[in-house]
Amino acid sequence: MLNSWGYAIKQAFKQVFRNRAMSVASMFSITAMLLILGLFFILVVNINMVSETAKKQLDTIQVYLLDTTTFEEASGMLSQLKATEGVKEAIYLSNEEAMAQWRTKWGDNAYLLDGLEKNPLPNSLIIKVSRLEAADDVVAKVKTFQGIEDIKYYKDTVDQLMRVSKFMQVSAMVIIIFLVVVSVVVVSNTIKLTVLAREREISIMKYIGATNWFIRGPFLVEGILIGIFSSLISAGIVSFLYYKITELVGHEVFVMLSTSMVPGDFLTVHLIWIFLALGISIGACGSIISMRRFLDT
Amino acid sequence: MIAFDHVTKSYGSNIGIQDVTVRINKGEFVFLVGPSGAGKSTFIKLILKEIDADEGSIRFNGMEITKLSNREIPKLRRNTGIVFQDFRLLPRKTVFENVAFAMEIVHMSSRAIRRQVPAVLSLVGISSKASKYPHELSAGEQQRVAIARAIVNNPTVLIADEPTGNLDPDTAWEIMRLLEQINLRGTTVLMVTHAKDIVDKMGKRVIAIEKGRIVRDDASGSYGACEGDRLLNYKPLGGVFYSHVK
Repeated sequence: MLNSWGYAIKQAFKQVFRNRAMSVASMFSITAMLLILGLFFILVVNINMVSETAKKQLDTIQVYLLDTTTFEEASGMLSQLKATEGVKEAIYLSNEEAMAQWRTKWGDNAYLLDGLEKNPLPNSLIIKVSRLEAADDVVAKVKTFQGIEDIKYYKDTVDQLMRVSKFMQVSAMVIIIFLVVVSVVVVSNTIKLTVLAREREISIMKYIGATNWFIRGPFLVEGILIGIFSSLISAGIVSFLYYKITELVGHEVFVMLSTSMVPGDFLTVHLIWIFLALGISIGACGSIISMRRFLDT
Repeated sequence: MIAFDHVTKSYGSNIGIQDVTVRINKGEFVFLVGPSGAGKSTFIKLILKEIDADEGSIRFNGMEITKLSNREIPKLRRNTGIVFQDFRLLPRKTVFENVAFAMEIVHMSSRAIRRQVPAVLSLVGISSKASKYPHELSAGEQQRVAIARAIVNNPTVLIADEPTGNLDPDTAWEIMRLLEQINLRGTTVLMVTHAKDIVDKMGKRVIAIEKGRIVRDDASGSYGACEGDRLLNYKPLGGVFYSHVK
């Protein structure tokens, strides 16, 4: 068994080299496909990260109370809310406490708040929902209360983010499937050339009693080699680009969306595995398809 | 050994062979003769399971070939050596490598290869050409390499499809002598041929096929009868004939 794999690998290297123009062409095809896949992957992973973070941060509903609403009324609302399904936590935040929070948040710039003659912040209720989906029901409940000035929550924003991410995932899937098919066809044609060049040898091997797997071995390894080369090349390019991008705009993204981009190391490791798996499968499928006609005895 | 039982194979409306029943025993030397398109190739292809029979049963060493799965075909072929009219050697491999290749395919160790290949090359008489490439050899020498390759794994049957078709008469007889030697070592030989003189002078069993049917099966026959050729009664004895006869 070991013997025949050694034989297959030796033959495969020879074939890739002898047939280098076509081998390079298939590598280009797979690499191009993996590059596009890589870009989609980066986008989807990052959008997912943003929406996951958003989901966590935006599970809060802020209910601003009118100044005329008393603490007792607010407490009444709280106890009703706590009994509502989907509410994880509901607290009363007085305007002083809110101001104190602002001061902490602003840090060194907090002195700016000193200029305010009177506290402009309203008293509020801060409600955390256990599931973002429950937010609508909770809000509907809050709307039935008297003494509410305004309600702020971010379900719409999160919904939108999720929709974008879903859309990206689906369109990436469609494009990738299409590209995978194209790559398989290109690889199988490349390998068909080597197969044709060795048709006679294959027929002799069959007469002598070689098993189909013995005959297929070198071609299979050839396809896999092409796949491995392409995936390493494209993983290299995509990772390099991603490092550059995070270096350039990572900070801005953090400021704008208050979430960092997916770290490059994490992404690279995953990319290499995904690319290798895809590259190898494309190469292997391509070679098996190209051999079909020659082996169905 | 090889037993056809009411075997029929047709290609669309063309008949390959029709209702053929025949038995070839271990150690026999059999000529398969007949005009082109008579069904000789079909006969061979059925034994090698290159094609499937429409009807009937074909047994090889007790194995029912018609029921073999594709995965089992290699096992069958390892028991049948085959030699072609056009030699079919691998041009980029030396004589030694061509023969060794047949052993590699069946996963023999390189030690066994180093031992067995020279022995077989010496048996077929081309030891001195082991490191030559096929294009450096004469046609007869190439056919010897092909025979060496066919027998190196000790098949029980050697199938020779017009092995002398591309050779001049002298060389053809040398190859026949070799095949007879191999047969004497116990290997069954089934040879398809158009070479009337060879068939006539060897005096071996002759199966004649015409239009897909066996029309004659003589234990010690000649080529000509089925095609109305003149009959040659000259039958050499033993192994003397090849040195004088052209």
